[in-house]
Amino acid sequence: MKEEFNIISNLIEENTRVLDVGCGNGDLMKFLQENKTKDIRGLEISKEKVQNCLSKGLTVIEGNAESDLKQFPKSSFDYVILSQTLQAFLNPELVINELLKVGKKVIVTIPNFGYWRVRLQLLFKGTMPVTENLPHEWYNTPNLHMCTIKDFYNFCSNKNIKIFKSIALKKSRISEINKSNLNYKNLDSHLGIFLIES
Amino acid sequence: MNKNIDTKKIIISNPLKLDCGKEINNFPIAYETYGELNSEKNNAILVFHALTGDQYVSGKNPITNKDGWWSYVVGENKPIDTNKFFVICANVIGGCMGSYGPSTINESTGKQIGTDFPIITINDMVNVQYELIKYLEIEKLFAVVGGSMGGMQVLQFVANFPDKAKLAIPIACTSSHSAQNIAFNELGRQAIMADSKWENGFYSNYKLNPDKGLAVARMAAHITYLSEKGLQEKFGRKLQDRDSLRYGFEADFQIESYLRYQGSVFVDRFDANSYLYITRAMDYFDLSKQYKGNLSDAFKETKTKFFVISFTSDWLYPTSENREIVIALNSIGADVGFVEIESDKGHDSFLLDVPSFLKTLGDYINSTYKVMNERRI
Repeated sequence: MKEEFNIISNLIEENTRVLDVGCGNGDLMKFLQENKTKDIRGLEISKEKVQNCLSKGLTVIEGNAESDLKQFPKSSFDYVILSQTLQAFLNPELVINELLKVGKKVIVTIPNFGYWRVRLQLLFKGTMPVTENLPHEWYNTPNLHMCTIKDFYNFCSNKNIKIFKSIALKKSRISEINKSNLNYKNLDSHLGIFLIES
Repeated sequence: MNKNIDTKKIIISNPLKLDCGKEINNFPIAYETYGELNSEKNNAILVFHALTGDQYVSGKNPITNKDGWWSYVVGENKPIDTNKFFVICANVIGGCMGSYGPSTINESTGKQIGTDFPIITINDMVNVQYELIKYLEIEKLFAVVGGSMGGMQVLQFVANFPDKAKLAIPIACTSSHSAQNIAFNELGRQAIMADSKWENGFYSNYKLNPDKGLAVARMAAHITYLSEKGLQEKFGRKLQDRDSLRYGFEADFQIESYLRYQGSVFVDRFDANSYLYITRAMDYFDLSKQYKGNLSDAFKETKTKFFVISFTSDWLYPTSENREIVIALNSIGADVGFVEIESDKGHDSFLLDVPSFLKTLGDYINSTYKVMNERRI
């Protein structure tokens, strides 16, 4: 978690305007507030989590990214962050498009379904993978659209979405993803972090 | 009801032009305060009351001898902690707890003003309360807070005085009274005016009181403050002090007895004409119309931080209407937080013991106060 926060924070310039979509209990918002910018908002679907955020004094709106991002004007945030949530939406493509409208830049992080530990579980155990990062069973997972680093990378190039930076994370090891090492990073990383722009 | 009570009062001498076109001056506004204003004068919170509320937010209400209407929220060690904050609440203009209203005595005639009182609006209410803030020499309020009609005043206050409050918390309200809201208010008004003792609003001249009409108005309104589920769970078809139906029109059911009781205690503390005037003010409230149909424009001058709260079972001012306020604020990039609190207590949730509401509100106010002080906002 901490590594992911650090990477996200390093992608953001100081004193910019940030929206954290699916902000959960506000841990990333708090982290960014202390390190980068005071001007940060959150959108979260769970009432309980929204209340936790508000209790900490964070500016959070209860809402659903799939229907409520529309209310923000075009380019109203310097950065919009979607941390490990894309896979839980009914329509991830629509959400990415909305994010790219609302934010000048978008940071998306993806739990990598192509990570070798995940692949091995399906290959050898023959069961849906359950890992530290993906702790749910198939019957109770909120994750509807799992994807791999390579999937997202290809999605961006197919949709003409500019990737400014793509970073792979394995445990606490950080490395850059590029076209030539994509297959390897897709196998050896548990998390992908992308800075994109429409 | 214009009893001789020892209320704090100021006389506003500046002429005030009302929305209806009439001008008033030298009129009283009654208020109450709780806690102490600190030396930096940065801990003041202005609370706006709802339709039948008054200035007695907390502690014992000296008129009714009951707890103040927002005792769950305001008081020592409460979510709005009066050990920390200086809380101000004024009786709205048009009210009957000491502020200028239809039951005020006209000194030249020695009689109550009655329906000669001018029509007032939410805008007029907040303009009057602004005078009180000036009188108390508070340059900037930490927060303006209110539920229901109190929430409408929060919105209007920030629109009128964009740099007078750091934080605004409208709760269970709307930016524009809906047809259904107007319909229920009209039902209440017709009940009062249908009472033969109303005498076109001059009942006090005849030592009369349209208490039957006012009680019916209250009973009807009271139903709109509760949820169907809440009513069913609390009362169901339970009978009142009897084992079987009596085959008559007495209060067989507990819900009937409960409503009759709510009506009867209400007429002891509330003036029928005030009920007419204040419900009218609510009906006339349409903030977006004041800004040519664009609600966002009401807030485009302000840097005030907003926190909007609604309740799941509130069908009088439903979440969708509260969300419209959030959407209008978001569309101009204003600083707004929003949550819909789970509760089956209906619109009245904001007045009642709803723990997740009280906790979220209290924590939010306290942490925001702390952050603003640290950053010297």
